[in-house]
Amino acid sequence: MSRTRNAIVSALVLLVGRRWRRKPGDSRIVPEQPAHLAAELAVLALLGLSSLSATGFILVYAFGASIPNETQLLGAALGLALMFLAAALIVVGLKLVPTEEVAEEYPPQEHPYEQQVIAEVLDQSGTRFTRSRFFKLGLLGAGGTLGLAALAPAVSFGPLFRVGDFLHTPWRCGRRLVDENGKPYKAADISEKNFYLAFPEGANDAEKEQMAASLVVIRLPPHELRLPPYLKGYDAHGILAYSRICTHAGCAITLYRAPLFQPDEPRPALVCPCHYSTFDPATGGTVTFGPAGRDLPLLPVYEDSKGYLRAKGNFDGPVGPSWWGVRLWKAQP
Amino acid sequence: MRAVLTIAALAVLGLLAAGPAVASSGTPKTPLAEYGDHLFGEYCLSCHGPNAEGRLKQTSTSAGAGPGRAQERQYGVGPSLQGVGALAADFYLRTGYMPLLHVGLQPRREPLLFSNHQIRALVAYIASFGGPPIPDPRPGLGSISQGQSLFTEHCAGCHQVLAQGGVVTGALPPALVNATPVQVAEAVRIGPYVMPKFSQHDLSDRQLDSIVRYVEFTKDPARPGGWGLGYLGPVPEGLVTWFLAIPALILLCLLLGRRLRRS
Amino acid sequence: MTRRAVRWVDQRTATAPYLRKALRYIFPDHWSFLLGEVALYAFIVLVATGIYLTFFFVDSTKEVVFHGDYYPPLYGQRMSEAYASVVHLSLAVRAGLLIRQTHHWAANVFIAAIVLHLFRVFFTGAYRKPRELTYWLGVTMLMLSLLEAFIGYSLVDDLISGMGLVIGYSVGLALPFVGENLMNWLFGGMFPGSPQLWPRMYIAHVLIFPILIGLLLGAHLLLVAMRHHTQFRQRREQSERTIVGVPAFPGQAPRSLGLMVGTTGILFLLGGLVQINPIWLWGPYHTYSSTNGAQPDWYLGWLIGALRLVPGFDLTIAGYTLVPNPFWGGAAFPLVVFGFLYLWPWLERRLTGDHEFHNLLDRPRDAPARTGIGVGMVSWVVLVFFAGSADRAFVTFGLSYTGQIWAYRVLVFVLPVLFGLAAWRICNELQAGERVVADRRRAETNARRARRLRTDEPSP
Repeated sequence: MSRTRNAIVSALVLLVGRRWRRKPGDSRIVPEQPAHLAAELAVLALLGLSSLSATGFILVYAFGASIPNETQLLGAALGLALMFLAAALIVVGLKLVPTEEVAEEYPPQEHPYEQQVIAEVLDQSGTRFTRSRFFKLGLLGAGGTLGLAALAPAVSFGPLFRVGDFLHTPWRCGRRLVDENGKPYKAADISEKNFYLAFPEGANDAEKEQMAASLVVIRLPPHELRLPPYLKGYDAHGILAYSRICTHAGCAITLYRAPLFQPDEPRPALVCPCHYSTFDPATGGTVTFGPAGRDLPLLPVYEDSKGYLRAKGNFDGPVGPSWWGVRLWKAQP
Repeated sequence: MRAVLTIAALAVLGLLAAGPAVASSGTPKTPLAEYGDHLFGEYCLSCHGPNAEGRLKQTSTSAGAGPGRAQERQYGVGPSLQGVGALAADFYLRTGYMPLLHVGLQPRREPLLFSNHQIRALVAYIASFGGPPIPDPRPGLGSISQGQSLFTEHCAGCHQVLAQGGVVTGALPPALVNATPVQVAEAVRIGPYVMPKFSQHDLSDRQLDSIVRYVEFTKDPARPGGWGLGYLGPVPEGLVTWFLAIPALILLCLLLGRRLRRS
Repeated sequence: MTRRAVRWVDQRTATAPYLRKALRYIFPDHWSFLLGEVALYAFIVLVATGIYLTFFFVDSTKEVVFHGDYYPPLYGQRMSEAYASVVHLSLAVRAGLLIRQTHHWAANVFIAAIVLHLFRVFFTGAYRKPRELTYWLGVTMLMLSLLEAFIGYSLVDDLISGMGLVIGYSVGLALPFVGENLMNWLFGGMFPGSPQLWPRMYIAHVLIFPILIGLLLGAHLLLVAMRHHTQFRQRREQSERTIVGVPAFPGQAPRSLGLMVGTTGILFLLGGLVQINPIWLWGPYHTYSSTNGAQPDWYLGWLIGALRLVPGFDLTIAGYTLVPNPFWGGAAFPLVVFGFLYLWPWLERRLTGDHEFHNLLDRPRDAPARTGIGVGMVSWVVLVFFAGSADRAFVTFGLSYTGQIWAYRVLVFVLPVLFGLAAWRICNELQAGERVVADRRRAETNARRARRLRTDEPSP
């Protein structure tokens, strides 16, 4: 058995590879090791499997357009080809190459002589500079200003010192609220227990993406409203139009907790799904749970003579996530 | 002649007005509904009150009800069921939401306690008070693309974009894997627990068909990339990273790492 | 034959002396030293797969209508060109999904391997003099990798990544003093920013950050090679002055190559067999839409946890907002963690007064204070990370979300202290145990020697 194996291996070795021959008596660097035929065979087998899998990858890629699990087959073929190759390398590493134990000194902690030379060269090259402090100052100045000059064009990236941009909203007094297809909302369309996505009338697709454009519109029974004095009159018979963008991290508020049976269910709330900031719509969007630090801005709305919902003005505060000094500002048209 | 007509009209009106009154006096129209009334009295009355009028004053505290459950006669609060129709009764009973396991908590999908016949009886009883019938969604008529976009706008905030369920502070929007098309349609019209309620005006039946079709799609979504990991995104992916990929790589390192023999 | 090749190279490059040294460069003989290599190989996979992806990705947020009949659920929907191009790449380009998924898995594994490598370096004191620079470069690379991965994740512009981007924007906006200007400047205006935002992010992702990471990686490896590896004291010959190990060739080369190919293989197997970020299922992002259960990739999970844990308040003085809320969880928390990582070598030197050269590693138990503090920090971050998945715990186990958050708000400060103290105590106990064993062994040896002496005495 082992003789046939030997024969196969030696045939393979004769055919494919040549042994490194050394004259006897040479002192070796890497210690000589006895042959390990099983390992060599294993390596050859693994390499063969690897090329088989790689061929499989090519075949699947070439002819697999109609196979349902093409990605899986491709991944499995390529992955296996790599794993077989890795296994071959591991067998080489563990069984075939000599395990040498080499020891050497760590590099020295420092090189005092070289340090000395460097320092001297640096120091001695500057003997002509008699006003070295001014020289350094000048160099620093030139370098610094040049650096600033190099950075200056980066200012064109975006507007600076224009907080005003953050406060502009597309809402004007009298602008109608429409749904995502542009159909204007009537007050009668807004029912209790549901929430509605609204945009300003006439906004194009890009304008709809602006943070101040989208609203979440709900209706509460007027007697349940507990709006603070400065928000009096913001609702239209219980219809409230809040900014859809959470004041914490700017996600869209797409959760409306609308209890079916008030006595033993949670109160109505607008919730942001990112960090679960929970706002109470009845009290003007105050935060009842979660990390938001600012009330949800409320857009005043009214019902016109034809029953359409229209904005009565602008939000009671800046829309979207907060920034430094946010509370001093008012939303602007 | 005119007087006769008026009297006739009044009589009709009176009959109509008396309809519920007749029902409430305990004489439902069909035997099935009669059996439903009987079941209602047995299992539902403690919360929903006599004649399904609802009960708003809590007289006793939380415990479940229903056949086979340990039930002393407990009284909870419950909404009136007059006018909710077959739609709501069918939804709550077929999902196992009712009878409630724990009064005062969010109803959850539980094993059904009533037999099919009992459910039909209770549905017939509730339907005898009037209200919408059981809907008949036709997912085949809907557009899956419209469904995806409607679901994202109206439902994904709570139920997750692939209907895998989510979280609202104070409530647990369920995954919709087990929801049948009829149940999805019913839930949209009812708005159970804290779910918003969508009227015909908010979502037409056709749009509802699209949503139902999309929900059906989410039960076994396209999975060209292999093992789907529950369609939840990064959380299970992180688990695979740390509990599959990293252990495999550490094994590889362990295999390769040590070759010298200890002295 | 071999000699001729070597000669050819040496005659043309004069590098034989360096090559000789490189061939016999000594590698340490412990598995934990390979974790850094895993990160390196994952990085190589990232670059290779990433290059392929650039041939298909379109860096534009221009709105298009999706008309790919290969995926009906999105047919006819409005979406950005970027998202449409990734859906196309995933579903209509042969092998595109394999490459994209492998890229994503490689990113997840890359950062996980860096973190494990960091643990090894931290808990064994490998960062001590003379290797502080290597360590700081590594920490910087970790930070850059997090940013790089975040940008890459955001580029796709699907529903979940869009939510991630706006959260990132809000965290930037919350930076005191500079927030609004910085974000206005970076995004070219208020979110969702100018049309230039996507090309900017794209260039950052495929050029600026990879080159930065690559350069730092080169410097990192160069420093390792110049100062040589650290080593555990496993044998008597291994000392502060002498390194013992396996030479690069032939001992280490097949091992490292095997690890490289194996890492690549595992990543491709994952890329083909386990679905990651199925963006076609999430749908396009609009500022007005969102989904429940959106999470960032695991390496940013600690930040979403922190963002969710902070109670709802803005720091205000007389109605003037000083620090908006997302700052605490999204910026202050990672700054503290990275600040700790950067300062720790210096801090430890100040506290212990240890200014010596260290080539030998500590076992974690050899430095109980360091291990305790490290365990405390790790458990702090991990607990905050868990808090970020409280919503999934609610769905899976039914634990009330609000209750969990309140519990975590306390636990993230209490438990790390307890864990740290426990680790410190365990280290001390282990040391004491070893001392006892050593004492007993010494005593036994002495006793044996004494007995032998006694028996050798001629009996009277």
